[in-house]
Amino acid sequence: MAAEALIPTTPEEAAGLFGDGGDVVVFGGGTILLPEIAAGRFRPERTLLLHRSGLDTLDASGDVVRIGAMTTIAALVEGTDDLLTRFAEHVGDGEVRRTATLGGNLCASPGIGAQRGDLGAPLIALGARVRSAGKGGERTEPVEDFLAGDRRARLVLEIEYDRPAGKYGFELMRRRHAHSFAVANVAAAEANGELRIGISGVGRFAVRARSVEQSRNADDVLKDVEPVSDALASAEYRSKMLPVLVRRALDQLESA
Amino acid sequence: MNLTVNGREHAITSPPLTTLLHVLREELEITSPKAGCQQGGCGTCTVLVDGEPRRSCLTAVVTVDGASITTLEGLGEAESLSPVQAAFHEHYAAQCGFCTPGMIVAATALIERKGGPVEREDVQEALGGHYCRCTGYVKIIDAVLAASRSNGSST
Repeated sequence: MAAEALIPTTPEEAAGLFGDGGDVVVFGGGTILLPEIAAGRFRPERTLLLHRSGLDTLDASGDVVRIGAMTTIAALVEGTDDLLTRFAEHVGDGEVRRTATLGGNLCASPGIGAQRGDLGAPLIALGARVRSAGKGGERTEPVEDFLAGDRRARLVLEIEYDRPAGKYGFELMRRRHAHSFAVANVAAAEANGELRIGISGVGRFAVRARSVEQSRNADDVLKDVEPVSDALASAEYRSKMLPVLVRRALDQLESA
Repeated sequence: MNLTVNGREHAITSPPLTTLLHVLREELEITSPKAGCQQGGCGTCTVLVDGEPRRSCLTAVVTVDGASITTLEGLGEAESLSPVQAAFHEHYAAQCGFCTPGMIVAATALIERKGGPVEREDVQEALGGHYCRCTGYVKIIDAVLAASRSNGSST
């Protein structure tokens, strides 16, 4: 392994080394990448390691919650107590959460065996924004837009959302297994009269269920997301279960 | 790179993206952390990194440069078992023993963190990512509960 390991010590240096992302592999916590590297299935030539980059910040004290991309899921669970926390505390197990990061969760590509990125649903429901670097410089965009774009071309710096003020409802569906990714995650939040619903673990990446937001009819969720089959569940199963989970989340929200 | 493992300092020569598990076993010949699934799913490679339990197979050594690592070897000796080791022995909490290093390290960290008696749900949560294919878990959980109620430090 004569590979090059780049270890930036500031966010600015990290963004500079990332460039347009074309020739580096970003290594966050490593919970997804490292087993592939250790088994020799993946041999990155240039790896950008972020553990010293200063991106592991978390500020939940103000009107806007700001979470650096390298904040571990464990630190996130410790430092927040909102809709995001309810999902984060079910990622992996405690030991995995001490290594896995929020940025990695957002950028995880769909696996062969399962969809990944369990936290997309609550982040969408919270109206979270992603600040990233890459070609054309820094930009901040809604998390659902970030997820629908080419994530490999962006380096996530920070996730931010307005301090949750309204009601929420959610449903997590997963195997009873400490390391299972979600079969289907649904998060719904209403703030200032606006309803936002995020769905993750069902399609190729987390999406906003805009049809349901407008109609409040849970069955419309299948207009917003196309369920996929993987090792955890078939597309058919997800198609049957998802409207039920959405209805439950909406019921919770309405009775909250 | 440097690691302090069980109180002893080592200079590390493995490449930066080597797993901590591989460094411990192959470079330092500390073999209690077992190479099980090697993808974070089984928990037998768990060690303490600056006191916190983490999967050594999911940890690139460069990311813990300078850290203090504790493995099962650092908890007790055959003649002076740690409270958790003694409780595992007392309660027959091991059969083949392959999962035992990770179980004991994670249980030790749990008891340290709680600073006293722990509840069954705490143990189930802390060991939820640790697989044992022999015992059925009941004896393991009983052992951890007993260790948390025994006198003396768990390390």
